[in-house]
Amino acid sequence: MSPMPGVAEAGRRLRDGETTAVRLLEGALERAASSEAQVHAFLTIDRERAFETAARADADLADGIDRGPLHGIPVALKDNMCTRGVETTAASQILAGYRPPYDATVVSRLGEGGAVVVGKTNLDEFAMGSSTENSAYGPTYNPWDTTRVAGGSSGGSAAAVAIGSAIAALGSDTGGSIRQPASLCGVVGMKPTYGTVSRYGLIAFASSLDQIGPLTRTVEDSALTLEAIWGYDPFDGTSYSGDYPDPKAGLERGVDGLRVGVVKELSGDGYEPAVEAATGEMVASLESVGVEVVEVSLPSFEMALSAYYLIAPAECSANLARFDGIRYGHRGQGVTTEALMARSRAEGFGPEVTRRILLGTYALSAGYYDAFYGQAQRVRAAIQDDFAQAYQQVDVLISPTSPTVAFEAGARTADPLAMYLSDICTIPSNLAGHPAISLPVGLDSQGLPIGFQLMAPPLGEEVMYQVAAEVERLAGFDLAPALPEVAS
Amino acid sequence: MNWEPVIGIEVHVELLTDSKMFCGCAVRFGAEPNTNVCPTCLGLPGALPVTNRAAIESIMAIGLALNCEVSERSVFHRKNYFYADLPKNYQISQFDIPVCTGGHLDIEVAGVTRRVGIERAHMEEDTGKSTHVGAGGRIHAAESTLLDFNRSGVPLVEIVSRPEIRSAEEARAYAQELRSVVVELGVSDARLEEGSMRFDANISIRPRGSSELGTKVEVKNMNSFRSLERAVEHEIARQVELVESGGAVVQETRHWDEEAGVTHSMRIKEGSSDYRYFVEPDLVPMVLNREWVQQIRETLPELPAQRRERYRDDGLAEALAGVLSAADRALRHIYEDAVAGGADPKAAANWVTGEVIGWSRREDVDSSELQLDGVALAELVGMVGEGRISSSAAKDVLDGVLRGEGSPGQVAAARDLIQISDRTSLGALVAEVLEANPKAVEGYRGGDEKVVGFLVGQLMKATQGKADPRVVDELLREQLLA
Amino acid sequence: GATPTRLYTPRAMPVEIDIAHVARLARLDLSEEELEGYKNQLGLILEHAARVQSLDVEPHVENAHPLGLFNTFREDIVLPSLDRDEVMASAPETADGYFVVPPAMEGE
Ligand SMILES: [Mg+2]
Ligand SMILES: [Zn+2]
Repeated sequence: MSPMPGVAEAGRRLRDGETTAVRLLEGALERAASSEAQVHAFLTIDRERAFETAARADADLADGIDRGPLHGIPVALKDNMCTRGVETTAASQILAGYRPPYDATVVSRLGEGGAVVVGKTNLDEFAMGSSTENSAYGPTYNPWDTTRVAGGSSGGSAAAVAIGSAIAALGSDTGGSIRQPASLCGVVGMKPTYGTVSRYGLIAFASSLDQIGPLTRTVEDSALTLEAIWGYDPFDGTSYSGDYPDPKAGLERGVDGLRVGVVKELSGDGYEPAVEAATGEMVASLESVGVEVVEVSLPSFEMALSAYYLIAPAECSANLARFDGIRYGHRGQGVTTEALMARSRAEGFGPEVTRRILLGTYALSAGYYDAFYGQAQRVRAAIQDDFAQAYQQVDVLISPTSPTVAFEAGARTADPLAMYLSDICTIPSNLAGHPAISLPVGLDSQGLPIGFQLMAPPLGEEVMYQVAAEVERLAGFDLAPALPEVAS
Repeated sequence: MNWEPVIGIEVHVELLTDSKMFCGCAVRFGAEPNTNVCPTCLGLPGALPVTNRAAIESIMAIGLALNCEVSERSVFHRKNYFYADLPKNYQISQFDIPVCTGGHLDIEVAGVTRRVGIERAHMEEDTGKSTHVGAGGRIHAAESTLLDFNRSGVPLVEIVSRPEIRSAEEARAYAQELRSVVVELGVSDARLEEGSMRFDANISIRPRGSSELGTKVEVKNMNSFRSLERAVEHEIARQVELVESGGAVVQETRHWDEEAGVTHSMRIKEGSSDYRYFVEPDLVPMVLNREWVQQIRETLPELPAQRRERYRDDGLAEALAGVLSAADRALRHIYEDAVAGGADPKAAANWVTGEVIGWSRREDVDSSELQLDGVALAELVGMVGEGRISSSAAKDVLDGVLRGEGSPGQVAAARDLIQISDRTSLGALVAEVLEANPKAVEGYRGGDEKVVGFLVGQLMKATQGKADPRVVDELLREQLLA
Repeated sequence: GATPTRLYTPRAMPVEIDIAHVARLARLDLSEEELEGYKNQLGLILEHAARVQSLDVEPHVENAHPLGLFNTFREDIVLPSLDRDEVMASAPETADGYFVVPPAMEGE
């Protein structure tokens, strides 16, 4: 199988008549067929619907109707985004068989953009996790080594893009859920500024942190996909209605004269040597092309993980209260409404989700609010302060995306805290609501991808992509995992 | 011992917006179940709220009408509790920064005005409706519950009074005055029977003169002003009896049973009051800047209390001012135009609140469609004052005017109701009557006073009752003594 | 509110958890064993989380929308509602246009 082209390249071939949307879709589905048994990136694939859309995309192009960069491009959707009439479970038992009566705003935008939805990808239940092992429908494994995790919670989307069963995918990022799996799967994952991509129709985990973003093979594809999905949405009360940056504007500009800050707090104990080495090499390369690199300290980052594990569960404890077995979803037995609710929820939620609901309920409950949730919000404000000060000295901040490469499946499932540490580098951007991107910069000695993170100020997507494009050129990473043998 | 009741009232008022608080579903009473619902008000996965500007302007108007401070910055909180008719299992409400704080409302009981403090008024969303089916639809005996979410997400303003109400009568007066205010503002129809206005009462008692508060009981489920008054009455009595018989009031919520006329305890689950409030992360803060508040202030209509005051200044008595002030806008305008046209306010007010209202009820004509304006009423009042028509004839004239037969003058003429009060023509008639009744004249001169009445009767017969009785009496006595 | 303006004075927060009460608030019908397990895990996580109490600087930024958004209102305009049959299709139990549940417990 020839390697799957990127968004830009596929778009060129489509418009030059070298390929069709239907053929691109066939290619994506072949890759899925040959890898799903080992990787399990998808929860739902609706071939019929996908081929209909692809055929329409081809017909439109033939009629001279061009819907933009994603026209005819096979795209995968994380299964926590509502698709009208198509099963949407957020990888939870409690939503088994649920077919939403409406489309998420991003799904409508993809439709208007002519994208072809291949299917719904696997995730940690309700996006709570860093390995996609918390899926009620079984884990997603890493295409580079199927004994290892794909990362999470958007593990299915990251794996699908790595394999090429989709050219681009959407994920959601609450504490690193796009960037960390992108890092572990060797693809580009980006979390936009909070409020720039509508959350309407995204099944909420932690409303003040959740943000939808693209997973792609290249930085340019990332910018193109972002442009197709972001923008003001009147159905999201936190949606930004002002001027948006142009993520493509700086892609070819180079980085001469830019200042980059290496975050002191995101290194040292717990960081694999290969990861720190790769970060160091990229820093050196950036300096060699005229970037001024300085070390910056953001002390509040030491408390970011703690604040996150109070704020996210608190919000999730309320967001997931609606799953009560009354209007939709799994219903347990109960002689009173209360008993029915409590049974439905105990049966429908997996252990990690249950743990976080309990944690959040406790953190908000009378007597503990100030000490935990209230204080966590102040830490969050302190993190925003530290970022603001750092951005007075530098244009972007850099760090590893994850302290480690993909870990063995099962290695951290018994130890929540160890699992939570996977997000130590990505969480600060969520707490601040700032944009950040992870892109692959190399493989470790075991052939596992290493990710590199760039963080930028709010609405700093242009400079973020400007530097990301340079990092991509410097790393020259264009590898894809070898497709597993087709199980016969 | 002499006990003093301490009562605070929480009123929930549904706003009359076209769409719901946080979604575009229609606000409509009595629609087919679950037809005015969308992902947001059904709490579907992924749905988000967006605040209705009109609802915020309505609560600002309510706050200003209740003399509250409108917070310059206000936020929504999530109030977390599980209940079948609450789709998200949290209510978007307000906690420590409500839109309105610290106002007051003046009420009148038996002619005495009292000022009741308003603690706060905050914005929230209504729940859906549960219907408990099974034995008599009574909660206790319910076999299953039917859920309709049409009401879910309807804008709801909660107005909390300070515990400054001292009797069941005052409780009722407070609720009624509050209703007249929101209705006057046009922000709610406040229909008790449809549940668009609901109240809960917090009631405690303490020895008169004591300053600390007793244990309070919350009483729910009063669906008319009368049942509010009865429930409060009953609960006060229950607490007094309880305490005087050596018992103690327990903090609880009690349910008012309209038929039985008693309150009974609702078994409250422990911990149910831990609402785990936190700032609603799906909504951004509201900044209600002074310019905006001023704009709202300028749109406020005259409120019932202000109007009563103005009518009293016209010289109307307390009661009459109250009745007129509560009358329909159209009727008040007839009165106000008549007075502007020079009519005596008291007479005009009596006509409007008496005959005119009576006629429109009898004839079932809406007050806005009456064929009577202030000019006509002023003319009518004038004619009676000048004695050109008798007050009984005036009722016929009004009837004619209301039936569109013309101005009072035209009707009086057409219906031939003008009184003869001109002395020369009546003088001639009197002379004729005396001539025709020599015996009576004899009798009078012989000291028989009764014959005067007989002679007046004769004269009235001669004029088909149109002679002005006062003038006739005068002339008779003159000529008899001549 | 969620962002107390006063500085929170750090103190070791004793992590005692009435796990049964918490599960009750969260409407999770869990067994004794499950409750015990979660109680221990919560204890560990909260010990780590208690680190937030060591913050001893007063942040300048008020925690709100990162882009400082406020007053994002919608105008009072009616939009079409959902088709009832499509809504009811995902409901576990319905009867003539209503969602159906067992009798309510009172309170709240
Ligand atoms: Mg309320
Ligand atoms: Zn709605």
